[in-house]
Amino acid sequence: MGSVGAKEVPVLLDAEGRRIDGRRLDELRPLTIRAGPLRQADGSAFVEWGQNKVMAAVYGPREVHPRHLQQSTKAVIQCRYNMAAFSVDERKRPGLDRRSQEISKVIAEAFESVVFAEEFPRTSIDVYIEVLQANAGTRCAGLVAGSVALADAGIPMVDLLPAVAVGKVGGAIALDLKKEEDNFGEADLPMALVPQSGRLVLLQMEGHMTEPELAQALELGVGGCRTIYEKMKAALRDRYSVAPVAAEAS
Amino acid sequence: MKPGPGTYRVGGKVYASQLGLLSPRPPFVQVVPLSGRYVPKAGDQVVGTVTDVQSTFWLLDIGAPRWAPLHMTGTPWKVDVGETERFLRVGDAVVVRVENLDATGRIGVTMLGDELGKLEGGTIVRISPARVPRLVGRGGSMIATITQHTHAEVAIGQNGRVWIGGDGEAIRRVRDVLRMIEENGPRPGLTDRVERFLLATTPTGEGAPAAPPGPRPTGEATDDEGPDGDDGPGAMDEE
Amino acid sequence: MSEEVTAEILQTHILDLAAEGRRLDGRGPDEYRKVSIEPGFVVTADGSALVRLGETMALAGIKLEVGKPFPDTPNAGVLTTNAELIPLSSPTFEPGPPQPGAIEVSRVVDRAIRAAETVDLTALCVTPAEKCWTCFVDVHILGHDGNLIDAALLASVAALSGATIPLKRFGVGEADRPLEIHHRPIECTFVRLGDTIVVDPTFDEEHAAQGRLTVATDEIGRVVAMQKGLVGAFSPDDIKSVVRRAFVHGDRLRAMIGRNGR
Repeated sequence: MGSVGAKEVPVLLDAEGRRIDGRRLDELRPLTIRAGPLRQADGSAFVEWGQNKVMAAVYGPREVHPRHLQQSTKAVIQCRYNMAAFSVDERKRPGLDRRSQEISKVIAEAFESVVFAEEFPRTSIDVYIEVLQANAGTRCAGLVAGSVALADAGIPMVDLLPAVAVGKVGGAIALDLKKEEDNFGEADLPMALVPQSGRLVLLQMEGHMTEPELAQALELGVGGCRTIYEKMKAALRDRYSVAPVAAEAS
Repeated sequence: MKPGPGTYRVGGKVYASQLGLLSPRPPFVQVVPLSGRYVPKAGDQVVGTVTDVQSTFWLLDIGAPRWAPLHMTGTPWKVDVGETERFLRVGDAVVVRVENLDATGRIGVTMLGDELGKLEGGTIVRISPARVPRLVGRGGSMIATITQHTHAEVAIGQNGRVWIGGDGEAIRRVRDVLRMIEENGPRPGLTDRVERFLLATTPTGEGAPAAPPGPRPTGEATDDEGPDGDDGPGAMDEE
Repeated sequence: MSEEVTAEILQTHILDLAAEGRRLDGRGPDEYRKVSIEPGFVVTADGSALVRLGETMALAGIKLEVGKPFPDTPNAGVLTTNAELIPLSSPTFEPGPPQPGAIEVSRVVDRAIRAAETVDLTALCVTPAEKCWTCFVDVHILGHDGNLIDAALLASVAALSGATIPLKRFGVGEADRPLEIHHRPIECTFVRLGDTIVVDPTFDEEHAAQGRLTVATDEIGRVVAMQKGLVGAFSPDDIKSVVRRAFVHGDRLRAMIGRNGR
């Protein structure tokens, strides 16, 4: 929630229940996922989601550096969520600010909740998330990209981690906020779902909602995550597809 | 069905834990990974690079999650404590065998055995460890085809690192074939395609393929013409 | 240190090939990799371009802000170049403060942009000694397969070529206007592999190299920056021949920006 400040508050919801970009309340922004765009990494993914562009790479399991972070019974999962200087309207100074450090931590913990880290003691699994262009929901886009990159890297885990933010705009609960809705809406609730168990492993909230609204938001978010989950799987199938070649089929 | 490698069980149901191809091996169900780093198995022959030298052992990068120590007693040489660097230095390439794995993830390797030792000359190419069975081929057919047509010497590490020896032209042709294998994934008919490619690119003036100049054996020659199991492409993911 | 050790025999093989005028990826000594330039990749930037040299990938983004001129140049705007060798792009890069390698890329790119007078800094003055535009050139390396300097400058110049000055956003004017570009420097990097000097080295070639030489040229025949890097040496004759080759590659790459810079 940015401060409303002096800027004029746009109309976030019209009389027909359409949002600022014409979406319905339960509609996601366009989402495309590409698995494996980076050759150097063990796994990678590129996500374009609305006006977000996020690249993720996974290295590992590999030797831990610095060594004192090594854990004797499992892999340590390190995440670095970083925004490019030009990814936002006002240039961001390069390097991790407090916000990026917090997001890196909660994303690492979400991944740690699903990765079978005990299979690789004394190693590190590094997830690097780079936001190249931001328009609200970058941590969720980062989770989606990072999760597909982890699968692309062959890392064993309980499930992929679809993620989406639900919010409250113009008094209504809405799926997948874009920037104006995030800046001027009443609440923002990013979450990441483990589809296999139906549980959430990332949950944050900023703003305010009533209890019934929260229940509605959770339901909407989980539904959104299930849609995103299918796209994540499709991206991985695409990358490893064994498209039949007619001439070779004989 | 019982959960095999690449799967886990919750509440009576078996789920994939890795991206891969479903492969039922009754009474087990397993997922054969399509990607990822090399997961060491005892007995595997692997190609590695020395990354560090200590007074009694060397650390090898074999593309596994951890570096593998090669102890000085695991070599055919008589090495004194502190003399390790005289035998192998950082950047040297070797063929070793995975001997043992312990619960801490430590990978013990040895250089004692046939076809193991320091690699001289030639070059190393990396392919995905998941592609190694295809490079070997059914009963070693693929690698035999390659060495016959190119006259190159090839040592395949189960870790996806492949050493190629021979003249520049032979090395180049094997590299081209490795790229084909890497790019074609689990598509069937690969051996035929590779053979056609090699015949089409045989340098002029050469006769029929000669006997291979002693290719190094390649560990377990698993077959792989196409995904086994009844669930084809896309039978992956974390269901 | 998460360094990947390149096998010695691979380096030797690269040198053996070079002695016959050949390269690991089949290129000739004077053959550049396939280059692609995607301008306008990032809409949040005032100008941007994604450049690929084979598997090397650099994304440059331009941001302009209103700031204060330096006291010694009251009539000029400010230009700042920064390259980030983020750990996403290579197993050899670590998180943390910028390493000397990243700083070298930033500075070599900066020198070429500055010396070629790519951007007319006096045109970035708003009120002398009080208000000027600060132009930030930020380069994000997304994939590292060698020759980061060429990729970073090419992305930067392509991004600058399509940039606009955001007058509206800063309340300095009614409508945004294009950033004026005077010259387009192109950097061309070579490495020595034995007696052969090859252009546009890959990661493995840089590791086998006995010296690296970067030459920046512009379209009016000037050499506008040079940098010798890595361990190794070049004779004056080597340097002269490298400069000649740099002009030829520079002209070709510059034409690519011309074609799709806007």
